[in-house]
Amino acid sequence: MTRRFLYWFAPSLFLLLFFFYPLIRVLLLSFGSDDATLSALTSLPQFINLLIFTFYQAGLSTLLTLLVGIPIAYLFSHYAFRGKPLLRALTAVPFMLPTVVVAAGFTALLGPRGWVNLALMGAFDLTTPPITFVGTLTAILIAHVFYNSTIVIRLVGNSWSQLDPRLGHAARVLGAGSTTVLREISLPLLRPSLMAATLLVFLFDFTSFGVVLLLGGAQFRTLEVEIFIQAVRFLNLPAAALLSMIQLLFTLFFSIIYSRVVTKSIVPLNPRAASLNLRPAKTLREKIFVISATTFILILFALPMAALPARSVVRLEPDRGERGEFQPTLTLNNYRELAVNRRGSLFYVPPLEAVRNSLIYATLTVALALLLGFPAASALTRPTRLENIIDPFLMLPLGASAVTLGLGYVLAFNRWLYSPLLVPLAHTTLALPFVIRSLQPALASIPNRLREAAAVLGATPQQVWRSVDLPIIARALTAAGVFAFTVSLGEFGATAMLVRPEYPTMTTAIARFMSQPGGLNYGQAMAMATILLVVTTTAILVIERIRLPGAGEF
Amino acid sequence: MKNLLSSLGLLLLLLSACAPQGPRPLTVLTHDSFSVSENLIRQFESDNNVKISFVKGGDAGSVLNKAILTKDAPLADVLYGVDNTFLSRALDARIYSPYESPALADIPDEYKLDDQNRALPVDYGDVCINYDKSYFATNNLALPQSLSDLTKPEYKGLLVVEDPATSSPGLAFLLATVATLEDGYQDYWRQLKENDVVVVDSWETAYFTNFSASSGHGPQPMVVSYGSSPTAEVVYADPPVSESPTASLVGDGMCFRQVEFAGILAGTKNRAIAEKFIDFLLGKSFQEDMPLQMFVSPVNPKAAVPDVFIQNSQIPSNPASLDPQVIAINREAWIQGWTSVMNP
Repeated sequence: MTRRFLYWFAPSLFLLLFFFYPLIRVLLLSFGSDDATLSALTSLPQFINLLIFTFYQAGLSTLLTLLVGIPIAYLFSHYAFRGKPLLRALTAVPFMLPTVVVAAGFTALLGPRGWVNLALMGAFDLTTPPITFVGTLTAILIAHVFYNSTIVIRLVGNSWSQLDPRLGHAARVLGAGSTTVLREISLPLLRPSLMAATLLVFLFDFTSFGVVLLLGGAQFRTLEVEIFIQAVRFLNLPAAALLSMIQLLFTLFFSIIYSRVVTKSIVPLNPRAASLNLRPAKTLREKIFVISATTFILILFALPMAALPARSVVRLEPDRGERGEFQPTLTLNNYRELAVNRRGSLFYVPPLEAVRNSLIYATLTVALALLLGFPAASALTRPTRLENIIDPFLMLPLGASAVTLGLGYVLAFNRWLYSPLLVPLAHTTLALPFVIRSLQPALASIPNRLREAAAVLGATPQQVWRSVDLPIIARALTAAGVFAFTVSLGEFGATAMLVRPEYPTMTTAIARFMSQPGGLNYGQAMAMATILLVVTTTAILVIERIRLPGAGEF
Repeated sequence: MKNLLSSLGLLLLLLSACAPQGPRPLTVLTHDSFSVSENLIRQFESDNNVKISFVKGGDAGSVLNKAILTKDAPLADVLYGVDNTFLSRALDARIYSPYESPALADIPDEYKLDDQNRALPVDYGDVCINYDKSYFATNNLALPQSLSDLTKPEYKGLLVVEDPATSSPGLAFLLATVATLEDGYQDYWRQLKENDVVVVDSWETAYFTNFSASSGHGPQPMVVSYGSSPTAEVVYADPPVSESPTASLVGDGMCFRQVEFAGILAGTKNRAIAEKFIDFLLGKSFQEDMPLQMFVSPVNPKAAVPDVFIQNSQIPSNPASLDPQVIAINREAWIQGWTSVMNP
């Protein structure tokens, strides 16, 4: 009993202090105010439409993300090929890119003057761009898939790579075709990680804000966008609070469904070393699959992001004196300009400082999230009544509106917000549910008999943990760490808080450049975005290389 | 011995009162677009023995929200960044403490929208339509002279505007149409919609994705932006240019004037320094620094405006404006009205 209490003490205290307390304060204040502006909320049919659209786009996005993510998870968990670590890192990078940057990338590719349209117009002699991307539901869906596939790829991929193939082999011997094996054996066994991935992706899509706004244009409104408009534009806090409550209730609802389904489907199997399942593609069919899958990854992930470095080193403007002609020239001027404080501004962001600050915040977030998330995930693998009650509430930070939570922080912490320490704490609040959900299926998959066998052979509990648990969950730990890292770099929701200009990050620098006209500003935004890309990819590759002592592949 | 110690203690206490004080703190809450030259602030800090901390809280609406939420325990001593579209809301929430700065004597009355001097004007800017000079020259198009010109067929699909619900310049442009066309504004927007006006979510998208004369090289040669954007295109041009590739349409009623205010937050513990800072904001050196830092115009007529500003920004002679109280009462209704026409 004390063991369980110890497990939950730190994570619950953390969430209580940095999530529930600010949230409750802002909700209470909004409902307690005299403002009779609840009636000013959009009419009921409009509200129902809003809800329906929010669900619709989230559901469709999640479905598409699964359709894209599962085959790629299969690719990474079963095949070894050249460039695999880089490709894997590439699929994780979009997750932390600020929406402004992603929108710029997609627009550079598919916008009215993007490469694709320019190529098509040139090839078919058209006057107007044939492809309309920005402002369509398709744009929202594709951006969601772009952002969130990594969740499916990592969670499902990790489970799949450790799946024992012998059940599948037995089925084949008995005459089942490979699709039958997939349907009847692999997917059901993968259900815990599939469900975790689906829940996480759905919650992200449900509360999606930047993507809907920037890529959907003015015609698409989701619940989160409406909360923003009510809170920040109409200064109608009661309405915003009401909508936030509704959003939270739905999150709770989905969370409860998830816990019910998952507890029934966790089957501790014999986990295999991931490397044993990897092999190079041999048959023609396998080779075709690997090649087409890697090409697809490059098209979906690398191509939109490639626009950013391209625009940062290419200058499209003509030289002085000539007007209206495109003359692309290569230039490193944007990068040079980053290091120059041309206007002598107090708020100039030195690029190295921005990189350093972002990395420090991210490292702190990873450490804190893993330290808090691991015990919580462990407790969840042997659920008692306590876990069944706490479990659904753990997902709430992901379903809470960033705007509302930001205001809650202002209310709850007031001038404490000026401390830079609060930034990683706020990031950890978002990263924690992520980490817990990533670790949970992996921890649950450790068969108890292995632990018991080790104990019988004389291992102490610590030795059991080091030699049985740790190697099996090593991959999940890495995935959880990468998620926490990218959540922090992407600064989800922290934009709603107060920013101390003394500690700028890469994301704030990019936003600053994009908020003023001028070629140099745009170029510097692209340059900083490229730096963000490179830093993140490198960091992810480094994290994946970390081998915990004694946790080599078993 | 005891007597010696206590007298020493008393002596130290008395001496400490005479000792020079460390710099006093001042916290200034601003919106994200705030910028100032570093040497100006250092000068102010050393002149007044003060250490300033700036805190950025999002856009004007977000900052105001935070200030209102914390008015009983203010987050800062001075708030800068509330504009005339939010002024009434800020005053009703009683977040400011009045201060009649001596520098106000220099400021023209047209900017003093609060007669109780709770919110003091610091700068103004105009939200205007920017156009691509080379597009209009190449296609031999006449410039629109008024809002109703924009509904003419020769400008079909050439204008991109921002959603007033999600964008501050978008709201300002909507207010310009309301001020100029009053109740007929919805019919006007219907006509604009029939003329294929493009609506996006924010200034960043409109300017850097859709506008043809920016680095985004988009399809629309007219965008709702700021009167100072053409100057920024020169200041931040790469390679350097001698004249701006863009200019503003400044016909009567086509632009909307925005005035930004600063005020001392009620409940501040650093009143004296806060007052000095407000004087500083209204004073010549800061006012002259603003145009090239924040790309806004100074309210203090004594402040010299940089040449590049004068050459490239067009100031409208008759910008549209609305009483802040009227804006506060009707803002939601107007935005809903706009939405019902544009997204039925």
